[in-house]
Amino acid sequence: MKHYEVEILDAKTKDKLCFLDKVEPNATIGEIKSMFHKSHPQWYPARQSIRLDPKGKSLKDEDVLQQLPVGTTATFYFRDLGAQISWVTVFLTEYTGPLVIYLLFYFRVPFIYTPKYDFTTSKHWVVHLACMCHSFHYVKRLLETLFVHRFSHGTMPLRNIFKNCTYYWGFAAWMAYYINHPLYTPPIYGEQQIRLALIVFLFCQIGNFSIHIALRNLRPPGSKTRKIPYPTKNPFTWIFLLVSCPNYTYELGSWLGFTLMTQCLPVAFFTLVGFIQMTVWAKGKHRSYLKEFRDYPPLRSPILPFVL
Amino acid sequence: MSAAAPGTSKAAHGEAGPKKKKGPGALATAYLVIYNVVMTAGWLVIAVGLVRAYLARGSYHGLYYSIEKPLKFFQTGAVLEILHCAVGIVPSSVVLTGFQVMSRVFLTWAVTHSVREVQSEDSVLLFVTAWTITEIIRYSFYTFSLLNHLPYLIKWARYTFFIVLYPMGVTGELLTIYAALPYVQKTGLYSVTLPNKYNFSFDYYTFLILVMVSYIPLFPQLYFHMIRQRKKVLGHTEDYSKIE
Repeated sequence: MKHYEVEILDAKTKDKLCFLDKVEPNATIGEIKSMFHKSHPQWYPARQSIRLDPKGKSLKDEDVLQQLPVGTTATFYFRDLGAQISWVTVFLTEYTGPLVIYLLFYFRVPFIYTPKYDFTTSKHWVVHLACMCHSFHYVKRLLETLFVHRFSHGTMPLRNIFKNCTYYWGFAAWMAYYINHPLYTPPIYGEQQIRLALIVFLFCQIGNFSIHIALRNLRPPGSKTRKIPYPTKNPFTWIFLLVSCPNYTYELGSWLGFTLMTQCLPVAFFTLVGFIQMTVWAKGKHRSYLKEFRDYPPLRSPILPFVL
Repeated sequence: MSAAAPGTSKAAHGEAGPKKKKGPGALATAYLVIYNVVMTAGWLVIAVGLVRAYLARGSYHGLYYSIEKPLKFFQTGAVLEILHCAVGIVPSSVVLTGFQVMSRVFLTWAVTHSVREVQSEDSVLLFVTAWTITEIIRYSFYTFSLLNHLPYLIKWARYTFFIVLYPMGVTGELLTIYAALPYVQKTGLYSVTLPNKYNFSFDYYTFLILVMVSYIPLFPQLYFHMIRQRKKVLGHTEDYSKIE
């Protein structure tokens, strides 16, 4: 069997960083990354970006050496992606924060409100309902992170955890401060408004969960395959007919419900910012689908049926 | 918050190295030239207004009133620059430009205009002067760059005057905000308290303090960015002939 020689150069400086000889033709990029890691212990595989071209796209871990357009002496370029952290770690951290923080405000822990209100509870039942909904939402997210989601990438850049946690934890504190405030004003239309809001919220939570399950089932365990999602027997997934990323659609719906339930402007801001970010993600995902699949259903919009 | 808007515009880098980016189209260029000429003229009007008022009164006091209207008009007009970036006829970051312009607009309207009592403060003159000189240089710089005839003097001024004008402007701005604080607290200007049906509150007094604090991380970054730009742009004058 003819062995390959692999040289790895720095993408920016073109310095020779590593030379590997007697590499099996059926070696994967992932295996080459492990070998590179041995000679450069500070660059663990997750922070290596290996490409054929200094400015090109990263090769995938699954790519096989002999199937790449390289000669028997293969030249790859390396870029350091920076310190990495696992997606699971980031998600668990960014979701546990809001769960805990909201409860601190709900129980009116000292130093938040005037001392005479410490450890008191709100007299409005919608405040208790809101706490249950908010907590349920984040517990659901934590459980999905642990048991449902199948991540394409193992890791993301370390600085993301600071950015993401500031966003989630910051907004959670801001919302929770007002909803649990002694001077909180309940919704104008009272019970009707709260009931409608709760229905919207629960409907969208179930919808969002259904989509997560449907997406999980598209992908066998441990794989990173990508397939077009289609409606299943579950009616909550029939929205796939009209939308590429219904998980985001339902998420928007949940927060609109929560905004209606609490009638709190900071919640509305959070919903708006989240919507903007999710729209950016949905458009990106929609574009990837269109690029990857010739037969992608033309009726679908990224996030809002027919509109966006 | 900027006496001199940091050179994020790539038109500034163009003189230091080979032009790689395609410029805006002919129509856009014509529009931008007109825009920059008008803005240069506008700030010159403000400069002249300040000088004439000073000569007439014989003191630095209360000069704001003599140029209040053109200041508001031309500073607010700079909002168009955000649009220029968004549309793509100017190769700068929308976010950065937006931040710059809005901080100026904030100082003009939400502080100086809204809190009458600070209008006679000398700190207002400090930042208005800094802004005026900076903008005259900046807009003429853009005008000449667009016409591909940038006198070295203008380039030099753009990347040198900020060394003094930027700290001067920032000092004026901070002192003005500081002067506004007691009046904002007393009158509850732009503030919303609980309870209300939106379950929202906003304390403008605290907000202004936070704005002042934000200068601490932001100003050095912007200032040293300009210093680095200066080294890059002016440092090459031995290598390239003067553009004229």
